[in-house]
Amino acid sequence: MASAIKRGVSLYSYQNETFQGKMTLEDCIRTSAELGAKGIEIIGEQTFWGWPEYGAADADVANWHSLIGKYDCTPVSHDFMLDYKRYKGREMAFEEQVASVKNDIDFGARLGMKFIRALVSISPDVLVAAAPYAEEKGIKILIEVHAPLHFDHPWIVRHAEAYEKSGSDALGFLPDMGMFLHAYPPVWKERFLRQGAQPEIADYIEKAYQDRVLSEYVILGAMQMGANKAAISMAEALRHNSAFEPKRMLEFMPRIHNIHGKFYQMTEDCVEPSIPYDKIVEVLQKGGYQGYICSEYEGNRWIEDVEEPDSVEQVRRQQVMLAKLLGEETVPALKTPVAA
Amino acid sequence: MMDNKMIVEGSLRNVEGGFAFLGRLPYYRGLGLSMIEDIQITVDGETIAREDVRFTVRGKTYTLDEMETVYDNRWNFGEKALISALKPGGLGAGGHEVTFAVRYRVSYLPFVPTTKDTKELALAA
Repeated sequence: MASAIKRGVSLYSYQNETFQGKMTLEDCIRTSAELGAKGIEIIGEQTFWGWPEYGAADADVANWHSLIGKYDCTPVSHDFMLDYKRYKGREMAFEEQVASVKNDIDFGARLGMKFIRALVSISPDVLVAAAPYAEEKGIKILIEVHAPLHFDHPWIVRHAEAYEKSGSDALGFLPDMGMFLHAYPPVWKERFLRQGAQPEIADYIEKAYQDRVLSEYVILGAMQMGANKAAISMAEALRHNSAFEPKRMLEFMPRIHNIHGKFYQMTEDCVEPSIPYDKIVEVLQKGGYQGYICSEYEGNRWIEDVEEPDSVEQVRRQQVMLAKLLGEETVPALKTPVAA
Repeated sequence: MMDNKMIVEGSLRNVEGGFAFLGRLPYYRGLGLSMIEDIQITVDGETIAREDVRFTVRGKTYTLDEMETVYDNRWNFGEKALISALKPGGLGAGGHEVTFAVRYRVSYLPFVPTTKDTKELALAA
């Protein structure tokens, strides 16, 4: 039976191509739609030049709506940034931060989004203060729970408590699946090897990660083995990444409304070697999740020094995997190749 | 990310009072100009003084000091800005090694990153 969970793509995934002007917004939306990933998430200021400093042009917003309609897609989330360090030497004042969030609520509504994504460093008080305005506009503000943070971290617990206390259903969570990093990503290890990390130390770090050894012990162990700078960096990545448990999402499910399907690499047989999507989908189904899982390809930065990333092929493979895990009968396939 | 795509290939040329090339911000989004803390240009081992660097987008030119308080303009995602150096006489004919380093303030990062790209560029006629 097909799942209630829906597939989508964050256009962040195609950043290597869009940065270079190799894919237009239409290419991104058409490609996602052909793969059956009809939910479209964007980083507002990546997709719309001018946002927020000098605003998005009406013509660009009209083009967005026309493409969403043409390819029968659904706007899911506008990921906003809130640059509270905009002013050199001082952080933005509380009221100005709230006003900035309201500006992004307006933009999300203008784009037909249901959600706007808040970065994890934003204070719960700011989001709680913006919640009544979000309710008015039919938008939910979702904080992205992203490694090194996780659902048991006191900062996230503080957010959760503030949301409950506010009584607003316009506040929620957007978990990034990268926090469930069950194996050291092969593309990371290969990058550190290219930078000169000693192979035996790289193997040690990979194995220690598999054995769930505390990051500080792994860093010390690598240093004692005579690790060079690249090998130390490889070990230090453990400070920011962990194999947290997907089932920890269950308690928060009523406030989880969107999912970042983070991945670093999809192999030819459509497997993500470091993130356990089979377990993740099982947990989401158990929790009755009915929103989107939006592909978020982040392998580009790990391979771009040796090869030109092929983001479309990577997203295709992840969508094939997701469709299979969700019990869909049709295998997602591209009809229109994107000109390289 | 996109570090090796910061300098646009084939864009180095002499301009009045110096030389210039096209540069992109190595980031998955753009940034408001007040968050660009520094741009350093090094050509054939010589670093251009901060006050001799100019930044131009969509016809507006700024010094680096001016950019620090610009809140109504941005360096958009993938946007090719004109990065100019004041250097009387410009550069000599032939190839030059150019390093382009950008320091930018990102609100959510617990550090201020500097990213750079070095390329061998031939001076366009």
